[in-house]
Amino acid sequence: MLFSLTEKPIRPDLLRSPMLNQEAGGFCVFEGWVRNHHLGRGVTRLDYEAYQALALKVGEKILHEILDQHSLTGIRAEHRIGSLVPGDLAIWVGACAPHRDKAFEACRHAVDEIKAHVPIWKHEFYTDGSDEWVDPTACHCAHSHSSKTTEGA
Amino acid sequence: MSQVTILYFGRLREDAGTHQEEVNTAASTIADLIRERAQTLDFPYKIQSLRFARNEALCPADESIHNGDTIAFMPPMAGG
Repeated sequence: MLFSLTEKPIRPDLLRSPMLNQEAGGFCVFEGWVRNHHLGRGVTRLDYEAYQALALKVGEKILHEILDQHSLTGIRAEHRIGSLVPGDLAIWVGACAPHRDKAFEACRHAVDEIKAHVPIWKHEFYTDGSDEWVDPTACHCAHSHSSKTTEGA
Repeated sequence: MSQVTILYFGRLREDAGTHQEEVNTAASTIADLIRERAQTLDFPYKIQSLRFARNEALCPADESIHNGDTIAFMPPMAGG
């Protein structure tokens, strides 16, 4: 299993230790944290919802493809679901390879693919009492950033 | 007519008021099915931005549907 979902707090130590491999010369990890703001609004809570059966299949396929494509010694990702607050860890992605370049590239690649293709949705709750489902395809015309910089982790 | 199970997620689930429903439909593709459901439900997204799955496999909107299928209507993914 390369990809998993959890309703409990992610444990980076437990995800990292099985990846240790003497053939690897570099390990790159990305941790996506819940921010206390989004598009200028204060965030109090995030609820993540997944189509769990499909998310596990899609996540697994993505990571297997990246494992082969970047000739990694290992890759692993876990996404939290349920209710999270600022400071919580929402996603953990780790990749290790004989050389650092592949580990960096694969980690970034995996995060981008998971965000774009794994069926998970984010419901944000704001300090003013309002709430909104995050839609990365929506136009945030008041902001000049691309969706990659305006959406969450 | 065929009977299918429709799964809704995220904002679609909230707007539909249910996560799952059984429907009898004359639709032959997922695109037909969503046009049929749009007559009674307001979908808050452009159909082109929705993603679909048939029996736990991602598929395009022109995928054929069959009696007993489970079809998922999904908003744009927003994990991470």
